[in-house]
Amino acid sequence: MTVLGTIHVHTLFFFLFAMSTCGFALAVAMTSNIVRMAFFLTLSLGSTAGLFFLAGAEFVGAMQFMIYVGGTLVLLIFGVMLTAQSRFISMRTRAGEWVTTLLVAGAFLLILLYVAWSVDAWTAAPPAHRAADGSLTTQIGLALSGVRLDGGTGYMLPFLVVSVHLLVVLLGAGYLARTKRRNRCVSDVHG
Amino acid sequence: MVDFLCETLGLPGWMASTVVALVQCGLLLGLVATGALVFIWGERKVAGRIQDRLGPTRVGGAFGWLQSLADGIKLLAKEDITPKDADWLLFKLAPYVGFTASFCAWLAMPFADGWVGERVNAGVFFVIAILGLEVFGVILAGYASGSKWSLFGAMREAAQVVSYEVPLGLCVVVPVLIAGSMDLITIGNQQAGWFTNWIIFHDPAAFAVFWVYFTCAVASVNRAPFDLAEAESELVAGFHTEYSGLRWSFFFMAEYGSMLLVSALAAILFLGGWNGPIPIFREFILPGLASITGWPTDSGILEYVGDLAGCANLIAKAATGVILMMWVRWTLPRLRIDQVMATCLKYCVPLAAVCFLFATFFKLVPSANPMPLNRLAPAAERTAVREGWNAGAERVRDRVDAGMGTEGSGQ
Repeated sequence: MTVLGTIHVHTLFFFLFAMSTCGFALAVAMTSNIVRMAFFLTLSLGSTAGLFFLAGAEFVGAMQFMIYVGGTLVLLIFGVMLTAQSRFISMRTRAGEWVTTLLVAGAFLLILLYVAWSVDAWTAAPPAHRAADGSLTTQIGLALSGVRLDGGTGYMLPFLVVSVHLLVVLLGAGYLARTKRRNRCVSDVHG
Repeated sequence: MVDFLCETLGLPGWMASTVVALVQCGLLLGLVATGALVFIWGERKVAGRIQDRLGPTRVGGAFGWLQSLADGIKLLAKEDITPKDADWLLFKLAPYVGFTASFCAWLAMPFADGWVGERVNAGVFFVIAILGLEVFGVILAGYASGSKWSLFGAMREAAQVVSYEVPLGLCVVVPVLIAGSMDLITIGNQQAGWFTNWIIFHDPAAFAVFWVYFTCAVASVNRAPFDLAEAESELVAGFHTEYSGLRWSFFFMAEYGSMLLVSALAAILFLGGWNGPIPIFREFILPGLASITGWPTDSGILEYVGDLAGCANLIAKAATGVILMMWVRWTLPRLRIDQVMATCLKYCVPLAAVCFLFATFFKLVPSANPMPLNRLAPAAERTAVREGWNAGAERVRDRVDAGMGTEGSGQ
């Protein structure tokens, strides 16, 4: 009982979610079927949302579900629609692609590890303005509209820049995906 | 409750948390599964009556109320077939994905003041975010079946659900705007008192947006007249053509679970949640019980009774919503896919957007808003009642006493 008594639920769940995040992320890289890839990506992102919930950031976790997992859903739909010429298409990865991918991913991993080790103490007390988690969502909303309770500058300008950027991307996607005059067979599917 | 288990029974912290989590999950699973059984039976009875026949009558007495149980046993005994052309992994996982998404949203749904699996600060947002994932199981099922019917059904469902999330989100924002909170418990508590306090009667826009919400909710849980993904007259059975046995029944559990979920969400957001149309319970029955038993009204047991009545209230409202959906299903013909898209993009989105604008301006009319515009202050107060099962009932009473909950009748 003494050993069992030392188990901390949060730590247990942290390792569970962290392992499933990394494991499914690896599975994304290893799989060759695009729909299975998207499925594993969803699970990986969902586990990341679990990590956010574990940290008490429920709003960010729900955002993770809405934007990333929901976004993958759309990716999956397009993956099926664009690759469905033959059944269960699998994508072969060439050796050169593996090398470039490993280089990029390795460099990113190095940065992440450097950042992780440069933090002094992970178990430091959270800042005071975060203690009441009920106001976290309000704070995020206020910070996005340019007001921060803890005195810093808000995120109004980045928020605007990002939204204009997204609008441009949306218009571009609409332009690219619009029905061409030539292939008339697609034109009766409204979407 | 974790503290109770730790202190009284001497359990270690992790074990107490596990017990609590298991109890809550068990209760929710019981609700969803039993709900599915009852509603499938109800659906067949409703369909029968609407089509001038009797529906199931044999199994379990006069009304055939054991029919779904018998069906369940039959489904358990059925062979679990995987088609040769299927992607076996996704094919086997898809029903669980759908059911998990439908079930997870229940974790943040309150049943009475404080009766919630996990009180999420942005509860409305969480429920909507999770609800959108249910389509994932349908798409996976349709793709992995290796059948053209299934793929067609899944693609239709994908287009439909992704489109209907836009008006659904806009509709949900209106009650959030009126209540000034995304916390489902806060929204429910603000509607305490007479039924005129319900958000649906707050202003004309809220009344209109409720019906838009209901339409979009029916579409987003893939029910007739929006059940293009199944469309048995053209696609055999759509995405679940290739499924049989227990996996097939998981899709139905997910569907009925989501139906109950969107109805419960409608009940909380628009129809007063766990507060009855007439506040007999808080005003008469609880004080009556208190005077009989001699306990104070804020004693644990009496509050429990009050919350139990609230829970029954909410479930009754949600069940009414589900029955309304059944009525719609057996009355209206199925739409074509272009009509479905036109309903969404040409009617639901503009209506929801106009109502949203109206609600925004209505919020600025001072006389219509006894609720404080600045909702920053109560945030600290809200966190104080995070884990309690019974805490918070006093606040409702205080609200009602102070006349704060009566804003709807003024307009």
